Amino acid sequence: MSTRTVIPMGPQHPVFPEPLQLKLSLKDEKIVDVAPALGYVHRGIEKAAEKNDFTQNVFLVERICGICSFIHAVCYCMAIEDIMKIELPPRANYLRVIWGELHRLHSHMLWLGLLADSFGFESLFMKFWEIRERILDILEKTTGARVIISACAIGGVRRDISDEHLQEILTVIDKCEKELNGIIPVVMSDTTVKRRTVGVGVIEKEKAIHLGIVGPVLRASGIAQDARMTGYGAYKYLDFKPVVEESGDCYARAVVRAKETYQSIGLLRKAINQLPSGDILTKYKGNPGKAAAVSRVEQPRGELIYYVEGNGTKNLERVRVRTPTFSNVPALSKMLPGMELADAPVIVLSIDPCISCTER
Amino acid sequence: MSSFDTSNIKSPWILHYDTGSCNGCDIEVLACLTPLYDVERFGILNVGNPRHADILVITGAANKRSARVLRNLYEQMPDPKMVVAVGICAVSGGVLHNCYNVLGGVDKVIPVDVYVPGCAARPEAIIDGIVLALQKIPEKRKLLKSREAKTA
Repeated sequence: MSTRTVIPMGPQHPVFPEPLQLKLSLKDEKIVDVAPALGYVHRGIEKAAEKNDFTQNVFLVERICGICSFIHAVCYCMAIEDIMKIELPPRANYLRVIWGELHRLHSHMLWLGLLADSFGFESLFMKFWEIRERILDILEKTTGARVIISACAIGGVRRDISDEHLQEILTVIDKCEKELNGIIPVVMSDTTVKRRTVGVGVIEKEKAIHLGIVGPVLRASGIAQDARMTGYGAYKYLDFKPVVEESGDCYARAVVRAKETYQSIGLLRKAINQLPSGDILTKYKGNPGKAAAVSRVEQPRGELIYYVEGNGTKNLERVRVRTPTFSNVPALSKMLPGMELADAPVIVLSIDPCISCTER
Repeated sequence: MSSFDTSNIKSPWILHYDTGSCNGCDIEVLACLTPLYDVERFGILNVGNPRHADILVITGAANKRSARVLRNLYEQMPDPKMVVAVGICAVSGGVLHNCYNVLGGVDKVIPVDVYVPGCAARPEAIIDGIVLALQKIPEKRKLLKSREAKTA
C-alpha cells in the first residue's frame, strides 16, 4: 500500500526566481495532485492606481513586472488614449513596437536560459544570458535604463531613437541572430534537452481552449492566437503571423519561444526600415471622462488585458489588470498530475510564470 | 584568524529571496552571476539553502505574507549573517510605498546591513553592495564574540 506524501515546492526554491508555492501530493515518485498557494508578492497595485494621478500611474504599472515593464505601460496608455480619444503620431506607434519587441526578445532569451537551468544545463543558461546582455545594452543606450525603461507616455513615447542608434540596433540584432544560430539548434535537437522536455506536461488542444490558456503555451498546443494579430499600434503594417506548434508539451513551448526570438528580430528589422519621421508625442488636455476602455496587447508570456474606468477627475475609478500567468497557472493542475517529481521544475517553468504580474 | 573566519570573506555564498519585487531587481541579481559580470570568479556562489548562505540578498518591499518566510530564512542562516537590501523597494518601499499590502522596507522585518538603492539596481551597484557587506563581516564577528562573552 502506498501512501500520499505532500511536498511543498517553494516559496523559496532555487529554480524559481520568484516566490510561488506548489503543494505537490505524491504517490511514490508520481505527482497525483497539485495545489498552488499564491500571495507572496501581492502588493495592491490596482488599489494604489486609484489613489494616484492618472499620469503617475504609467510609472506605477511599469513596476507590476520588471521583465515586460514597457508592454504594461503601453497597454495602460492605450486604454487611457482610448478614453480620451488621443490620436498617436505614427512614429510613436513604431517606436512602441521597437521597444516592445526588444523586451520580448530579452524576455524569451531569459526564459530559454532559465529552462536550461531547470534541468541543469548550466552552460546553455549562461550562453543565453550572455546574448541577452546585448539587448539590455541597446535599451540602456536608447533610454538610459537597463530594465525599467520608462519610455512610454500617454499620447506617445517620451524619447526618440536617433538614426545612429537605429543603425546600431540593426547591427546588434544581426550579431545576436548569428550567435543564436549557434545555440538555438541545441534547444531544438540536443538529446539531453529532448529527453527532459518531449512528452512532458502535455496539454491537448481542446483542454487548452477549455482552460483559457494564453500566449506561447496556447500556441504550442496548436492554436494560432496572438493579440498582435489584432493589429494594435504599428503591428497592422508589419504583416504579423503567429508561430504555432502542434504537440503541446514542454518541447513545443521551448520551440515556440525559440522561433519567436527570430520573429521578433524580423519584426524589429521591418519596423526600423519602415519607421516614419515626425512627432513622437501628442499633447492633450484635461482628465479622462466618465467612460471605460479595455485594451489588449501581447506580452512575452501571453495576452495582457487592462480595464480602465475614468470618472472625470485626475484619479481613476478603477484599473483592472488581467495578466497572462493568471490564465496559465490553472493549466499547471492539468500538466503536473501523472508526471515524475523531477519533471516538476521543468513543467512549472514551461508556462514562464511571472508571479509579480499575477499577484500585482 | 582561523580558516573558518576567512572562508566566508574569500568565498561568500549568497541566498536570494524575493519578498514582493517586480522582477526587475531579481533579474539583475541573476545577471550578476552570468558571463558579463560573472561574480563566480570572486568565489561568490548563489545557493538555494539558507543554512549554506553567508549573505542574504533581498529584493522587493516586504509584505504581510512574505514577512514570515523572510524571518524564517534569516533565522536559519548561520552567524555571522549579512543582509543586503537590493532596490529602492527593499530599501524603503519606493513607488509601492502607498500600497495597502506593503509594510515598507525590508528593515521593518529583519535588520539590514547594506542598502543598495536603484530602480532597478544595476548589477555593478549590487556587486558593490555585496563587497561592502563583506567588509563589515569582521566587525560583526567581533560584536558577536563580545556578546557571547557577556552572556557566558
